[in-house]
Amino acid sequence: MFWNKEIECSSRNELHNLQSKRLHDMLLRMYNNVPFYRNKFTELGIHPNDITNVSQLSSLPFTYKQDLRDNYPFGLFAVPQHQVVRLHASSGTTGKPTVVAYTQKDLETWTEVMARSLTMAGISNSDIMQVAYGYGLFTGGLGVHYGAEKVGASVIPISGGNTKKQLQLMEDFGSTVIACTPSYAAFLSESILAEKLLDKIKLKIGVFGAEPWTEEMRSFIQNSIGIKAYNIYGLSEIIGPGVSMECECQNGSHIFEDHFIPEIINPDTGEVLPEGELGELVFTTITKEALPLLRYRTRDLTTLHYDTCACGRTMVRMGRIIGRSDDMLIIRGVNVFPSQVESVLIELAETTPHYTIIVNRENNLDTLEIQVEVVEQYWTDEMKVLDGLKKKIQHAIANLLGINASIKLVEPNSMQRFEGKAQRVIDNRKL
Amino acid sequence: MIVKQLSVFLENKLGRLTELTKVLAEHDINISAFSIADGTDYGIIRCIVGRPELAYTVLKEHKFSVTITDVACLIIPHKPGGLYHALQIISNNNISIDYMYAFAAEHDAVVVIRTESTQELIQILQDNKLELLRSGDIYQI
Ligand SMILES: [Zn+2]
Repeated sequence: MFWNKEIECSSRNELHNLQSKRLHDMLLRMYNNVPFYRNKFTELGIHPNDITNVSQLSSLPFTYKQDLRDNYPFGLFAVPQHQVVRLHASSGTTGKPTVVAYTQKDLETWTEVMARSLTMAGISNSDIMQVAYGYGLFTGGLGVHYGAEKVGASVIPISGGNTKKQLQLMEDFGSTVIACTPSYAAFLSESILAEKLLDKIKLKIGVFGAEPWTEEMRSFIQNSIGIKAYNIYGLSEIIGPGVSMECECQNGSHIFEDHFIPEIINPDTGEVLPEGELGELVFTTITKEALPLLRYRTRDLTTLHYDTCACGRTMVRMGRIIGRSDDMLIIRGVNVFPSQVESVLIELAETTPHYTIIVNRENNLDTLEIQVEVVEQYWTDEMKVLDGLKKKIQHAIANLLGINASIKLVEPNSMQRFEGKAQRVIDNRKL
Repeated sequence: MIVKQLSVFLENKLGRLTELTKVLAEHDINISAFSIADGTDYGIIRCIVGRPELAYTVLKEHKFSVTITDVACLIIPHKPGGLYHALQIISNNNISIDYMYAFAAEHDAVVVIRTESTQELIQILQDNKLELLRSGDIYQI
């Protein structure tokens, strides 16, 4: 199903022309209204009138999260306050939060890309949709909410948490769609099974995002409660959820390129990489009015694929986020992503996808400990079987990462369940 | 002759064992035999209690990972050579023991034995005229 077939399937050539025009407009707005960008352009001897083709994008400077912090709270806004109708902020673990703003037109753009996203997953006015993302300063809840209303679904704005209530409404209202983080979806799946609700609910589609997840996690959720689980991607700096979305092919997420131009770069050198290569995802928000960003460094690592998708869409697909360049742990010189550990644990039937990674440094040597839950029905009262399981996990991790991890088995259901973004890494190294 | 043993998986965390025994005490469940198999970061508690089904249910309610395992309880005379005689019969019949633990009753000693097939073990012990504790007896010790 398509929300806006004309644009979602437009020719690459048409798209290229539209992007070129919109890029030029955005640069002019930046030059005229944002001192930060005007100074940068002047310093580099660039004038927006010199940039008339999207192929020139790679010659322009990057924008970093630090630039948002340095200009906190409103320094990068390109419109006067009276045109701003919404503010969101991300929780900064250290220091000031990141503030993002929307004009009325920005909210319309956001609603449009969310409507395209939900329609792509087959959601329509015949659905009852439970939005279990957090509502508030976080963009997840409200972003999905407006898109869901736009496609005409009956929206339940339940927000995150309160699992008992989630299950009760799911059963009583007959929700057909749930939107939340994948880690919360895994927890809800377990709860649905534990409460024996599978026959009583009508859930068929999941829209999951706001944190990286693996193909194995998808299978786990799809198989345990029999739904189709779609990946939605976004970040508040660009607009919120709805920057890209998976179609029914579940083979990468289509980026809405008429609003957001993606590039993949080498995170160390900044050089643009050829199609298909893994690197850092960078976005330019060509239609944003309140907070336009030029070549914003997302820190997310992925790939881009420009071939036409089997669904008919011409818009570029991004692969899974395999990690964040700042999530990456370097352990004894080896790059380790939590998602790699997760895929190992989900493949083993005996372990649950709930785990904690603990990194320490002892005598100048990094140590990796993985605490993992044993699935209830797999644990036995024989020590040798449990020790064998530990060795099996250790072996699988060593095969994948080339690192020996110490494995600690913990009691079923003893690990913390996350209702928002999961926190699975504890790095105790003081470097 | 099969006796139901409770096996509980416990992380080596301060207070977990106290919690376990508290739950049993609060439900007036008597512990007849008790053993701990000790690993580096977890242990397995094996115990024989009065009303094992009730114990299983209340421990589950308190989020313990518990299973019920079949074992045999062999009575041996409290004198030198008593255990040797029994073990000789078991090994001559090619039965390997997964684990065992013992406790002394009034005049005799009781050995709790776990093997692959509890039924087979019981048959062999009975054929050799060894005395077994019935479940009804042991839950009252
Ligand atoms: Zn597609």
